[in-house]
Amino acid sequence: MIPGISITEILTLTSILFFIGIYGFITRTNLISMLISVEIILNSTVINFVIINKYLYPELLQGVVYGIFIIAVAAAETALAVAIIINLYKQISSVEVKETETLKY
Amino acid sequence: MEKYIFYVLALIMIISAIASVSSRKMLRSVVYLLFVLIGIAGIYFMADYNFLAAIQLTVYAGGIIVLIIFSVLLVHHIDMELEVAKKSKRIITALASLIGLGVFLTTIYSHPFVETTTAVTTTTADIGFALLSTEAGGFILPFEVISILLLAVMIGAIVIAKGEDDTEEEPKEPPIVKQEEPVEKKKELLENEVTV
Repeated sequence: MIPGISITEILTLTSILFFIGIYGFITRTNLISMLISVEIILNSTVINFVIINKYLYPELLQGVVYGIFIIAVAAAETALAVAIIINLYKQISSVEVKETETLKY
Repeated sequence: MEKYIFYVLALIMIISAIASVSSRKMLRSVVYLLFVLIGIAGIYFMADYNFLAAIQLTVYAGGIIVLIIFSVLLVHHIDMELEVAKKSKRIITALASLIGLGVFLTTIYSHPFVETTTAVTTTTADIGFALLSTEAGGFILPFEVISILLLAVMIGAIVIAKGEDDTEEEPKEPPIVKQEEPVEKKKELLENEVTV
């Protein structure tokens, strides 16, 4: 645990980061910018897992292991999203949300 | 001492996150995201989780940022400025976010957390044993599922980004159309000549 810092202060920080990410996800109109906002949201949740593990149950490891799993899934999600964005750019030459209106079928 | 380091880190992270979601230059937005991720790694270091901080630095700051910068440079013109949403939409979203933040903070500050005072250092070996343990509470099954997920994502990303570039049916149709027009024109020309 961090000396002099209580758990509520860290949870406040992660809540602020979480809602900054949500604000960006809703107001941005570009796919890559939305991806950046999703990264901020995922990272703030990982901090929550890890800090709750550290402050409340320091002899257990569940929070750390779940943090590692979330990081792995986030990396996979980013790789797929970048692949989809590049494919979309090859087809319609744009990554704006309002221009991606037709699906394949 | 740690207190002030934490406050400085938190300030840097919040300012960088706000700049990251509101900057109009996309590359700058990615670099601000890099500051946020490095700040999070700093918090892991302060919480004495060195292995997690190393993962955060290598996977996020090393991998994902490079991937996003790569896609930005491939897709986007550097000079172009991003579109901004309508002002009413931004204000409504900010208000909704603040209301949600208020709900979160009232919940957090009203819940009685029972903090422990024992400081246990988690070594990398502990995490490794927990990941590969087959006993109750072990994580061997999710570990294997994650490895299969990563393999599937790797193949899927290659297939999606490569795309389908060979279409065999399309080249056959245009020549037929092109051939028909000259024939008709020749016929018309011939008829015109005959009538003349």
